[in-house]
Amino acid sequence: MAIIEIRNLTKDFRVGFWKNRPVRALDDLSLDVHKGDVFGFLGPNGAGKTTTLKILMSLLRATSGSAQILGEPVESVSMRRRIGFLPENPYFYDYLTPRELLTYVGHLFGIRQPALGKKVRSLLERVGLAEVSRLQLRKFSKGMVQRIGIAQAIINDPEVVFLDEPMSGLDPLGRREVREVIMSLKDQGVTVFFSSHILPDVEALCDRVAILRKGRLQAVGALEEILSMKIEAHEIILTRVKPDDADQLRSMCDALTMIGDRLHLRTSSSQQVQLILAHALANDAELISVNPVRPSLEDYFLHEVGSGRDGAPRQ
Amino acid sequence: MGHLGSDVPMRILAIARNTFRENIRDKILYNLILFALIMILSSIALGQLTLGLESKMIIDLGLTSVSVFGTLIAIFIGISLVYKEMEKRTVYALLAKPVHRWEFIVGKYLGLLFTLLVNVVIMAIGIALTLLYQGGTETATFARLLPAIYLIYLSLALTTALALVFSTFSTPALSALFTLFLWIIGHFNADLLQFANLTKSATVGWVAKSLYYALPNFSNFTTLDSRNIIQSAAHAQAIDAGAILWITAYGLLYCCGLVTVAIAVFSRRDFK
Repeated sequence: MAIIEIRNLTKDFRVGFWKNRPVRALDDLSLDVHKGDVFGFLGPNGAGKTTTLKILMSLLRATSGSAQILGEPVESVSMRRRIGFLPENPYFYDYLTPRELLTYVGHLFGIRQPALGKKVRSLLERVGLAEVSRLQLRKFSKGMVQRIGIAQAIINDPEVVFLDEPMSGLDPLGRREVREVIMSLKDQGVTVFFSSHILPDVEALCDRVAILRKGRLQAVGALEEILSMKIEAHEIILTRVKPDDADQLRSMCDALTMIGDRLHLRTSSSQQVQLILAHALANDAELISVNPVRPSLEDYFLHEVGSGRDGAPRQ
Repeated sequence: MGHLGSDVPMRILAIARNTFRENIRDKILYNLILFALIMILSSIALGQLTLGLESKMIIDLGLTSVSVFGTLIAIFIGISLVYKEMEKRTVYALLAKPVHRWEFIVGKYLGLLFTLLVNVVIMAIGIALTLLYQGGTETATFARLLPAIYLIYLSLALTTALALVFSTFSTPALSALFTLFLWIIGHFNADLLQFANLTKSATVGWVAKSLYYALPNFSNFTTLDSRNIIQSAAHAQAIDAGAILWITAYGLLYCCGLVTVAIAVFSRRDFK
């Protein structure tokens, strides 16, 4: 069963002085997210990621189409007991301490004392804020706010967690911490839906991804499926190559670099691979590796989506 | 966790408590209360000028301070609270929780009412202490203060409800302007009726009459039987209980109506 089911979702914003000019932020988006998946929602700024998340959280109404979470329409208030949400660049009541904020949120979920006190303590431990639990949020760094944001999103032990750009603005350490929280949620069987444009994080975490461009779905599937659509080239690494042979090899490949005593050759033709290997081995060179070069998500992103930068205005 | 429905009071109270906490952690509020207390205390000095009428002076000036500063506080907290939640986007995380939008507005309003109550009580205690310090005030006089303070509080509840409605769709500056505008018109509401009766044009008369009934009638809370309630309290005149009951019903009904409008506007909002 799909945990999140998005069908033909479209959102038009009205802009201009008289609000008479519609701008399409989301165009006929259909998507399924399965139980237990870590699902990456990718796209450049303005692609419609936050708009989608806001519709899923019922903060925005779709112009047309529908969406269901856990089999219930997104407008269902009772369904929201089973989900968690971290908004983009979250901001919480800065006059509260983390303990007060989590207690407040716990009350909204109907969690009562003493279970709530215990829950709050363990959450503060989990996101590493136990020591500052009595400090007002106005004194928090961005990374700390992000961590309290994650804590408030998972206080109800949700079955699905929605995270809008959870790594944005964090330093490498902060990003790793968020990554670890997402991994531990996955281990608990929680479905995680997160939007991001930080690709290494997505590559490291996601079972499946969707790529959005100008409000339209560009690609969806397992990361390997999307990326292995084309093997760009092969990289051959050799060592103990004689200088004369190196010159000859240069003419046989697309690119050649010497790193230390190793020769890195790159060719886009698989016939060339065989020729290079035959030549090298016949001349006593030693083969270290032959690897297909796949585009990274970043390459894919740049290639497929790069031109979408001037897409719909950010909402 | 209980059933969703049974948690409604718990959620509304949590929102109300957080609203109250936000207010009491705001320093501007303290300045306003401090200023009101200084005004009340200064009535001692003014009382010296009016020999034999010291306690009248204290009550007069004290209740006027409660009314004026209470109104300022009511507008100030009413216009900013919902707007701030939208502007700072704290409402995003909140409405993604199992919270109905109407619960949010009702919780906010209750939090505002409680903040106002605490403020009015503090100022009333200020008046009482000033009277005690002055000495020579009869117990009955203290009792006469209560209906006046109660009516002032009702008018503050109405003022903050007006501000709340505006804050669901407008900026704090505009909301303050609208609220103040209606507050002023509301005090001269009776003139509208008089105008309606005097005018020769049926249409103008009808419009003026409709406005008279539609706009909040703040003079209801300040004038009883064509006597100013603050003056009545100062002169230790009795206030009719039936009239107070009627005004309470009017105030409650009007506040409920305004909160319903605020809910209707807020429920239709897209949070871009």
